[in-house]
Amino acid sequence: MKCQYACQTMDHVIARRTFLGGLVGFGSAMGLAGIASPLAASQLAAQQKHMLVIFLHGGVSQLETWDPKPKTDTGGPFRAISTSVPGIQISELLPHTAKQMHRMALIRSINTKENDHGKGRICMETGRREMPGFTYPHLGAVAAKLLTHESNPLPGFIRVGGGNGVNKKDAAYLGPQYASVTLGDGKPPANSLRPDSISALADAARNDFRRRVSDRFALRRRAAETEAYVQSYEQAQRLMERRDVFDISLESPSIQEKYGNHEFGRHCLLARRLIEHGVSFVQVGHSNYDTHYENFNFHIEQLGEFDATFAFLLQDLHDRGLLEKTLVVVMSEFGRTPKINERYGRDHWGSAWSIAMAGCGIQHGAVIGKTNDNGTQVVDREVHHGHLFHTYLRAVGLDPTESFTLNGRPMPVADPAVSAIKELLA
Amino acid sequence: MSQADPKATRVVRELKYNSPFISCRFDSQGRYVFGGAQDCTLQRFDVAGGEPVECPGHDSWVRAIAFSPDGEITYSGGFDGRLIWRETAAAKPEPIRTIDAHDGWVRAVAVSPDGQLLATAGNDRLIKLWKSDTGEQVGELAGHESHVYNVVFHPDGKELASCDLHCSVRHWTIADGKPQREFKIAELHTYDKTFRADIGGARGIAFNAAGTRLALGGITNVSNAFAGVGNAAVALIDWQEGKQVQLFKPKEDLRGSTWGVEFHPDGYLISVVGGGSGGFIYFFDEKAATPQDEVKLPRPGRDLDLHPDGLQLAVAHFDNVIRLYTMQKEEKAEAESKDDKPQETAKK
Repeated sequence: MKCQYACQTMDHVIARRTFLGGLVGFGSAMGLAGIASPLAASQLAAQQKHMLVIFLHGGVSQLETWDPKPKTDTGGPFRAISTSVPGIQISELLPHTAKQMHRMALIRSINTKENDHGKGRICMETGRREMPGFTYPHLGAVAAKLLTHESNPLPGFIRVGGGNGVNKKDAAYLGPQYASVTLGDGKPPANSLRPDSISALADAARNDFRRRVSDRFALRRRAAETEAYVQSYEQAQRLMERRDVFDISLESPSIQEKYGNHEFGRHCLLARRLIEHGVSFVQVGHSNYDTHYENFNFHIEQLGEFDATFAFLLQDLHDRGLLEKTLVVVMSEFGRTPKINERYGRDHWGSAWSIAMAGCGIQHGAVIGKTNDNGTQVVDREVHHGHLFHTYLRAVGLDPTESFTLNGRPMPVADPAVSAIKELLA
Repeated sequence: MSQADPKATRVVRELKYNSPFISCRFDSQGRYVFGGAQDCTLQRFDVAGGEPVECPGHDSWVRAIAFSPDGEITYSGGFDGRLIWRETAAAKPEPIRTIDAHDGWVRAVAVSPDGQLLATAGNDRLIKLWKSDTGEQVGELAGHESHVYNVVFHPDGKELASCDLHCSVRHWTIADGKPQREFKIAELHTYDKTFRADIGGARGIAFNAAGTRLALGGITNVSNAFAGVGNAAVALIDWQEGKQVQLFKPKEDLRGSTWGVEFHPDGYLISVVGGGSGGFIYFFDEKAATPQDEVKLPRPGRDLDLHPDGLQLAVAHFDNVIRLYTMQKEEKAEAESKDDKPQETAKK
């Protein structure tokens, strides 16, 4: 969705840093994508909170993770193991994670009714179904807008892994300043070092010149695109100033080893550093779980990599005092069919699946909902992406029933037809 | 030459259960067929038909089944890591010995030609050797860098071959447990960069009777690991040279994987295939890369075994059935038995 700016107040033409100079000014200056004032109060209270999403691309199997059904017709070959919470069992593929269950909660009753990768992902990341001609902001953009402290020089929404650059679509009507910045290979952004051939003085001068030209241009021809253009330069400047944050080699060899000598391990370590340095929302991907063939062998491979790293990530966040102010969510676009196909695969399944959460704002050791004996149906406390979206925001101290304003119209932060899973909240 | 004729191959009996099968083996006397099912049970069928008999003891799928040379003892390895001994013909085939053999799946079990040793292969990247009469562990062969998919004794009884997910083949001497050689069969392994996962390994493994050829069955030309887009293949290895001498493939690029391989005493190789393009039994001669004969199966095959008589085949299927095939020429079979039409055993 195009983010249009009808408002031509002077607030819009000031530099980004000045723009972020005061929270109240920020809210009122947002014009079409502003925020109603009552929400500002909860925003302030929640500003020290963070969200970390681990997205298991392709659709991880709930039966091989959070809701095992051993020795049933759908259960597959894996057994269930006990966890650090008496009475809760998860798949034997997650022995390290099992020891962190007292910091986690499971939701085993998700029915999104969505079996398409793209649409499922939109459901889980925006809390709403895809709507033709309209885009809702990504959870990360919402968190970037509502949780980011004005003094933090880093972007509010960072994706680790995947493509490169700024993803404007994530922010939708919130505006490009809340779009995600992707660190494609988990390293500091490319070209984020000032070339030796340009002195610091010359660099500052040329940036100052660029800003003045941009501001003058924006006085008459401001649009989302020009805003994104300016924003990308400013974002790059801030990233260059804090390049050290992205450098995981500054961590001890011991810590690096515990996260794992593989891409997912390095990305999770970077995510922890980003959270530590105040980034509001970080998303790390782990690929891939779209196992239509040989589901069991591939889940051994993929979860073998996920398990130890994820468990240590929780431990590390806890040890550093970060877990108490960070909500961690492990999600996919959907789960996988209970029925095992002829090729030892499981297919797409949005009707009865699970996610895991950890960290702040939730009841640790809770299990929400239930599926039947072989996992083909939700039989208790059915929820969908909308309930989850509310719950995430509540867990970090935000009020999802408030609204943004778009062209003077209220835009509910989360789907007003549903509410948070109250029994899961701390 | 035997009375077996690949061109005559046809189904003669369906052994039915209520869960998909993943494995099948004839016992050494050829009296029974054992099958591992997706409900974590091992089932025993009389080759002549009848009700299946459950063989308890495993908590997970059983793909590794082997027998003592006289057929009296059955060894089964499960994805629960257990290795179980039982009397093959017992009315209630309860475990007589259970060992937690591997940390993770037991993927294969093999019996030495003299019956004295068992070799198991597991997801802990190890080969382990066991005394068959006491269950005592007598060797641990380390060196594989990924899950060990299969293991087989050389016919001389002094050597082992094993193959892992990366299709790294290891040659071991049993007396000292030392690795002698390692060679990789690149055609049977792919790292799928899109899905970031390895696919490969020997799903079936066999030496010929002379010990000069090793056959490895798997999947090649994989373009999409998670959808199983690849072609069934069998790599034939010159054991002395440690080099691939043939890569057997179907004439058409059919989607699937080879799940079992057997050398027939007459010299040809038999494989079973299952995948997106259905199921086939292929018969290969070393001189040609494509099959000399093939049989279309009603459903994809998941495992294969050759009866000790060299005339019958068992194939495990997803549709809850182990199908028995005969390769005996029809006129000969009719003379010996009037009972050559497919028969269904009762569903348990």
